Amino acid sequence: MLIQILFHVFAAILVVSAIGVITTRNPVFSALALVMCFVTSAAIWLLIEAEFLAVVLVLVYVGAVMVLFLFVVMMLDIDLAELRQGFTRFAWLGWITALAVIIEIAGVVWAKGGLGVDVTRGATPLPADYSNTLELGKLLYGRYAYPLELAAMLLLVAIVAAIALTMRHRAGLKKQDVDAQVAVRAADRVRLVKMDPEKRP
Amino acid sequence: MSEPAFLWSSLAPAIPEISLVVAICAVLLIDVFMGDRRTGLTSTLTLVALAVCAALTVEYGHVMERVVLLNGMYVADELAYVLKLVGFSVVAVVLLYSRRYLVDHGILRGEYYVLALTALLGIFVLVSANSLLTVYLGVELLALSVYAMVAFDRDSGVAAESAMKYFVLGAIASGALLYGMSLLYGLAGTLDLGELTARLASPSSLGVVMGVVFVVVAVAFKLGAVPFHMWLPDVYEGAPTSVTLFIGTVPKIAYFALALRLLAEGLAGMAPEWTQMLAPLAVLTLVVGNVVALVQTNLKRMLAYSTISNVGFIVLGFVAGTPDGYAAALYYTLVYVLVALGSFGVILLASRKGFEADRLEDYKGLYRRDPLLAFAMMLLMFSTAGVPPLVGFWAKLRIFQALWETHHLYLVIIAAAMSVVGAFYYLRVIKLMYFDEPVAAIPPAVGGAGVRLVLGLNAAAVLVLGILPGPLLNLCARVLH
Repeated sequence: MLIQILFHVFAAILVVSAIGVITTRNPVFSALALVMCFVTSAAIWLLIEAEFLAVVLVLVYVGAVMVLFLFVVMMLDIDLAELRQGFTRFAWLGWITALAVIIEIAGVVWAKGGLGVDVTRGATPLPADYSNTLELGKLLYGRYAYPLELAAMLLLVAIVAAIALTMRHRAGLKKQDVDAQVAVRAADRVRLVKMDPEKRP
Repeated sequence: MSEPAFLWSSLAPAIPEISLVVAICAVLLIDVFMGDRRTGLTSTLTLVALAVCAALTVEYGHVMERVVLLNGMYVADELAYVLKLVGFSVVAVVLLYSRRYLVDHGILRGEYYVLALTALLGIFVLVSANSLLTVYLGVELLALSVYAMVAFDRDSGVAAESAMKYFVLGAIASGALLYGMSLLYGLAGTLDLGELTARLASPSSLGVVMGVVFVVVAVAFKLGAVPFHMWLPDVYEGAPTSVTLFIGTVPKIAYFALALRLLAEGLAGMAPEWTQMLAPLAVLTLVVGNVVALVQTNLKRMLAYSTISNVGFIVLGFVAGTPDGYAAALYYTLVYVLVALGSFGVILLASRKGFEADRLEDYKGLYRRDPLLAFAMMLLMFSTAGVPPLVGFWAKLRIFQALWETHHLYLVIIAAAMSVVGAFYYLRVIKLMYFDEPVAAIPPAVGGAGVRLVLGLNAAAVLVLGILPGPLLNLCARVLH
């Protein structure tokens, strides 16, 4: 019963903050509303005993991705008036898409019902010594080791591609010369000069 | 309960991927430590690495029958073995052709070779995929590497534009693929392609058919079938010619494998549905590809539309829906890769610093400037047009046979008519090279003797395989039965 109440509370907050993401005029508020979305989704995941995913969602998305996002939003000089121009012109397209997606989701749920899968049933409670993280680790590094390795290669490609496409050696670029820094000696930098003390006038 | 993830000794059939990953890491690290001045070394190193990987594959990776590994995610069979060896050799030849072009355009950097190798890895993953998950990861690994290669010439605005188009449209296709897969997974309850075959059979529910629609759209997009072909001419024209050569050849092997593993194997039970979807796609592809190619003035763009029309033939092989049809499609794909390798190779060898050699008029009087290039191009164009005794003729004939046996008479007629239309623009290139006067004084190509020898062999292979089509035809038939 308590879990049901909690679920509905979190779900309501989630829906409200999701609407907030697309309705607030200030992109910073939008990003903050998205943070709220992630936090409440994490809470909902906790309710179905997926602790690891909940923690990762907060750590990765809220902690890293959204902070980066906020930085970008704050640093870029976004002209809101220009962005908002013509925004409503395509609203009808958005409505049609939303409607289509809703119908599709309903269709899938209906099709699942046809196959005898009960989609309304909640998760079965698990024993107290059940470790979500351990089970996930066993799956990831056991059964799904091959896709995991492939995903790792995909990230490597992304790094190589990003660096190859953006790093340029421009003339006049100021950068550290590590060799010179290491090779430097105190004697080359500081010259001690013997001087007679000045007399006070 | 706790079974070992996999036994190392059982991984021998996966040696192509394992050795390739090792090669990628080695090339990447050695290139970084060598610095910018020694990039020539990286290109040699990459070729050596490809040769070593291929040798290891021949030595340890040959499987006679189907082996499923890594918890059912990886399949090794003779088809995969053949396609991987073809992949190694085609990439090696592509990199060999490209080297001087890269030097001329100042884009000979180590990352280019790393990205080519990772793209090849993506192809291998696709070729050996036995699960929706690995299919998707293979598609992305290949696509991501290729997007970066298209944008590799950072000073070229056209290349950046075409890379952007490719990236955005490719992302939409990936989305469609994922959406279709999610529907199939949701309704069948399995990612395993073998299980999927067992659980999904026609006639099926609306949800399954919808999943199949999205998968077919994604496959059609990747292959470049009309109406999902919009990216292809722009990307072929805008990309540096060496990248056009790459994307015009090697990924076709992967996308053939994608269609085969996903549709012909995973969704075998749904064949009545997807053959119906593919038939109009094939007709549109043949008509649009051939008709639009007639009015092109840019050779790269013309060859892009020629690619589209050739894709139409490959799709026709799948429409037949029989092992003979798949074997014909495989044969057509291999022949197409061989011919495209040669034709884009000719463009690469004819170009030089400040002269792209991508307009049709640049080829006027090529015979007098460079008889070898002109002769090679003539053989390749005759082959694509389907003139006997060149290999392209047999490829088309096999497709017609497969369609005839499955009573698709109208498709045979359309395909034959469109081949005649296509012959016009292939023959026009030959006319320009042999019978027209050169418009401007263009210095002769300065390609190295070794590269020209490889190009000569490439063109000769088109002739030899055309005169002796038996071995390759039998191979294609054997690996698909």
